[in-house]
Parts: sequence; structure tokens; C-alpha cells
Amino acid sequence: MTIAVEFSAVSRHYGDGKQIVRAVDNVSIAVAEGEFFSMLGPSGSGKTTCLRLIAGFEQPSTGSIHIFGKNATGSPPYEREVNTVFQDYALFPHMNVLDNVAYGLRVKGVQKSESYKRAEDALTLVALADYGLRKPSQLSGGQRQRVALARALVNKPRVLLLDEPLGALDLKLREQMQLELKTLHRKLGITFIYVTHDQSEALSMSDRVAVFNHGRIEQVDHPRQLYTEPKTSFVADFVGTANVVSGALALQITGNQQPFSIRPEHISILSNSNMANSGIPNVDTVQNQMMQIAGEVVDIQYHGATSKIEFDVHHDAFTQRLMMVLSNTEHTEAQLPQVKQKLMLCWPKSRMVMLETHGND
Amino acid sequence: MMQSVVSSLSTTNTSNKTLRWLANTLYRKDNLFLLLLLTPPLLWFGVVYLGSLFALLWQSFYTFDSFSMLVTPDLTLENYRSLFDATNFDIILRTLDMAVSVTIATALIGFPIAYYMTRYGSPAEKGFFYVAVILPMWASYIVKAYAWTVILSQQGVLYWCIHHLGLMSALNYILQIPNIGGNTLATSNIGRVIVFTYIWLPFMILPIQAALERVPSNLLQASADLGAKPAQTFRKILFPLVFPGVVAGSIFTFSLTLGDYIIPQLVGPSGLFIGTMVYTMQGSVGNIPLAAAFTVVPIILVSIYLAMAKRAGAFDAL
Repeated sequence: MTIAVEFSAVSRHYGDGKQIVRAVDNVSIAVAEGEFFSMLGPSGSGKTTCLRLIAGFEQPSTGSIHIFGKNATGSPPYEREVNTVFQDYALFPHMNVLDNVAYGLRVKGVQKSESYKRAEDALTLVALADYGLRKPSQLSGGQRQRVALARALVNKPRVLLLDEPLGALDLKLREQMQLELKTLHRKLGITFIYVTHDQSEALSMSDRVAVFNHGRIEQVDHPRQLYTEPKTSFVADFVGTANVVSGALALQITGNQQPFSIRPEHISILSNSNMANSGIPNVDTVQNQMMQIAGEVVDIQYHGATSKIEFDVHHDAFTQRLMMVLSNTEHTEAQLPQVKQKLMLCWPKSRMVMLETHGND
Repeated sequence: MMQSVVSSLSTTNTSNKTLRWLANTLYRKDNLFLLLLLTPPLLWFGVVYLGSLFALLWQSFYTFDSFSMLVTPDLTLENYRSLFDATNFDIILRTLDMAVSVTIATALIGFPIAYYMTRYGSPAEKGFFYVAVILPMWASYIVKAYAWTVILSQQGVLYWCIHHLGLMSALNYILQIPNIGGNTLATSNIGRVIVFTYIWLPFMILPIQAALERVPSNLLQASADLGAKPAQTFRKILFPLVFPGVVAGSIFTFSLTLGDYIIPQLVGPSGLFIGTMVYTMQGSVGNIPLAAAFTVVPIILVSIYLAMAKRAGAFDAL
């Protein structure tokens, strides 16, 4: 396995003295050649800075970056075999689409006719063959996105960097472009490094995902593992939705202060548990590997295929909000619980994921 | 007491009602609102500005009797024909020469300053540069022009600097070049270009700076990302996008130089400029028609310049 991009203890700091901002803090990753690698995180988590470090727009404060085994630390963007698709496309407004796409070839000294021919091919690849003579301002957002893609791909980069490329598109178009990007990745076989804050996008498209928080990597894993085996409470919460239980309640449930997460879809309502009577039994003992807890329905939200139900679990003076999801195909409206109804919730012990405790948040 | 409060309330109520009725009417009929808004400036622009210009143009067709020194309203093209007389045409060429030189000089000096302001300056530095660029415009133009005659004179500070740097022979060599040089800096065309450049520089820097500010930095990054070296990025991306700003600035420096009549009198070799010619013709000579015809020259030159700039694609990126 060839490593396409490798970060060795890379940090990027801004400012100095007391006002130091650690945009990227001691990050080490290795992206394999041909991989679809996503960097996922909330805004300000350092994922875009990492991408800019690979592109060469920023230089690491400490640590080193290797691109295909070659030390790229300190080398300018124009000497790197990577190309970027920018978040807001960054198409040159004074050039038509064809000139935009041919730009990378022209500045590298490729003949005009040859570069136009290859630019035409790249535009065909993104299904914009007839748009060469238009100005970027005459295109829709989705079309600009494709031009930006063609402009990067025409240079045959070994690594394609995508900085939230679908962020400005509406939902339908975004889903369509996700599919096209995935197809393109399979077809070209080059490495894609994809920055996004959309966890479902990262899960559905990537071979591996790195989850960023506060400039650090929380976890790097395959999408399925990331979802089923989150290592930290941040990952559990950010990737999908999760009920993260910690502290006294965790102690009461598991006999251990260590936080754990349970996905909403794994919680179910105990069928014979109409707890209309007073004296709510709290956490129950372990029965057939099922955990049980009493809760009160606070809110029911209709989401089409599913309904989301929020519970309050009271424990001494303190209340924890839990969430569960019921399929609307298996439950009629009449079967859903009512607000303020008190119920017994349960979940299989095997679905609980123990989380690492660390001082990050 | 109570009564008076109530009655005053009711009067404010009616005046409020009238105001509201007015506001609502203007809101509904926005053409009426636009008419109210635009009538004063359009009157000013139409009557005072264009009116005087057309009056001037009209007078350029009047006849000047050089014998009686009187202007008669007989229409003639004689004034325009006489623009092409050798002496008059020389004046036009001399002025045009200077306007082009000054425009090039201000662009060459202004661009790096504007570039530094936008791309490298911290907010504080940017503020400093703004003030530094604009501050000289607050001082009287005539004072600045006179100050330069002192600076450029043989006893002046510039000569002193050049002398102490041991560059007198270089200066003398440059001053010997025909058309550019002269006896001293103060009486040479170089001196005149220096003064014009100094005076008009803010008019070049500010439009370029505004144009640079409008270029998103990610376009420059995209260019570098696609393999363009900094010089290529400058030539193919930055300069074409900033060019409209350079053109806007050059319209100022070009037309201001074409019309100026003070600096040519104070600095540089003798010989009339369009501005000094107009000044002489309408003042001591009283030949308003020829003065008016001369006034048309810069208008035509700037129009030609704009047409050329448009053809060169200067406004494509706007």
C-alpha cells in the first residue's frame, strides 16, 4: 500500500504568546493511495486547515507533511501534485469555462490546442461538454461545482482535495453530486481527500473518516466502525445521534462512572410497562442482557419514515434527556406513546458502547 | 389641564396621520418617490453641469474677429480647423505626451503601494496608508506645486541629496537627454512629470486599491494550486481583474493632466499646455471660441481613451 499523504505530528498555530490559537494540534494521519478519505468535524475544528496544509496554502508550524513519500513541508502550492476543489469554486470570473479548465495545462506550458482538447474531455467527464464558451457567472451553482471539478481533474492530480464542495448546493443536488463524486472516484482511482461538516455525507461516501475536534483527531476509522464503535463521546454525538450517558446515571446503570453511548434506534419501549402508577422504578437490574430504565415522554416529533421520541429520565435531583426512534411503518399513530406518559425503556447491553474519558470536553 | 393634553394629543395624532398617509402613498407609488428623490440632482446635473458644457460647446462655433477682438455669434468651424495649425497642434501633442507619461508613472508607482496595502498590510497599516495617501489631498494644490519648485530648484533639497549621494553626473547625463531633460530639474520635463505624479498619485492608488480589494484571495490560491507560478498568477489572474481599477485611476490622472494649467506654468520648460492655452485665450486675449474649441480636445481624447480601454476588455471583469 502506497501512502499518498502523510502527516507526522503536524501543528498549525496562529498568533503568539498568550493569544496562541492551535488550529491544528499534533495531527498524524496517513492516507492511502486511491482512498476516499474524509475529514469530518464542526466548523473551526481544523479540518479545512489540514486540507490547506496539504494544498500548500499554509505551512505547518511544527511537524512534517509527505506527499507520495516526498517531503512537501515548505514547498509552494504550484509544486505539489495535488489539486483543490474550493468551497466557493474560485472560478476565474474573467475567463470562460473552457479557459478556466484549460488554465492548469496552459500555465504548465501545454500547447493551446492540446490543452483545449483535454479541457473539453474533462468537461465531458462532468457532463458539461457544451458549456465551454460560457462565463462562470452564467452557470448555476451545480454547474460551477462541476467546472471546478473539471478544472482540478484535467491536471491529472494524484490527490484531489475537496473543501466542502457541496456545501452551497441544495439537498437534492447535493445528493446527486455525492453519487457522481463517488462514481468519479471509482472511475479515476485517485486519492480523494474530502472535507465536510456533514456526517451523513462523510459516512455515505468515504472509505475512511477522520473526526476532528478542537484541532485534534478524535478517531480515524471506517464509517461503519465510526458509527457502531465510537471511541469518544464527541464522536458518538457528532457522527449520527447518540445518547451519551455519564456521571451518576452511568454509575447507576453500569456500576461504573465511565460514560457510554446508546443509539436512539436501539432503545425500545417495554411492551407491558405502562407506568401510570406512582413511584417510578429507576434503573433496573440486568435481565437477559437488557438494560431497563424508567422515563417520561417529553416530546414526539414526526419525521416521515420515523418518529423521534424524547424522554426525561429522572435520577435524584438531576434529569437526563434520552432520545429514541420508532419506525412509522411498524407503529401506527395510535401506538405511539403520549407526551407525559411514563414508560419503561430498554436496550440490549451489547449495543452500549463504552467511551474513553479525556479532558477535551 | 387635562383638556389641553388631550387636544395636543389629538393634533399630534392628525399630523401623524398626515405623515403616515404621505409615507404610505410614497411607499405604494414608488415612481413618485423616485421622482421626488431624483428631481433636485437631475436639475443640478442637467442645467448647471450639462447646460454649461453645451453652452461652451456652442460658443466654440462662434466667430472671433482678431482685428476688432470681438466675438460674434456667426457659426463657423474655423476654431476647430485652427486646432490643427502647427503651433496649436504642438500644444495638444505636448499636453497629450505629458498626460500619457504621468499616467504611466502614477500607475507604476501606485500599483505596488495599493498591492501592499491590500495583500500585506495589517488593519493598522492599512489605515496608516489610507491617511498617508489621502493626507496630501487636504493641502492646497497651489501650495504643493510651489513647494515642488523649491524642492526641485538648484539650491533645493533634491539637488542636495543627489549631490551628497555622488549622483550629480548621472543627473546631468539624464538632463542632457533631449525632450526629457533641461537646464535644471525645475525646468525639465522630468521635473514636471515628478510634480504631476506626486499631485495625482492618490487618484491612481485608491481605485487600484479598491479593485485589488475586490479580488478574492482564493482565486490567487486556485491559480497557484493549478500550477501557476507567482508571476503567471499576477499576469493571468490578478492583473486582468485589477485592470479596470487601473483604467479608472488612469482616467483621473489622464484627464486631470490634460486640463491642468498651473503646474505647466510653475515647473518644466516653457511652452503652452491645453490648460494654459485656454487660460490665455479666455483671459488676456478674450478669444472664447478658440478656448472653447481647445476645451473640447480633452473631452474627445478621454472618449477615445475610454473606447480603447473598453475594446481592450478593461471592463469585462466588472
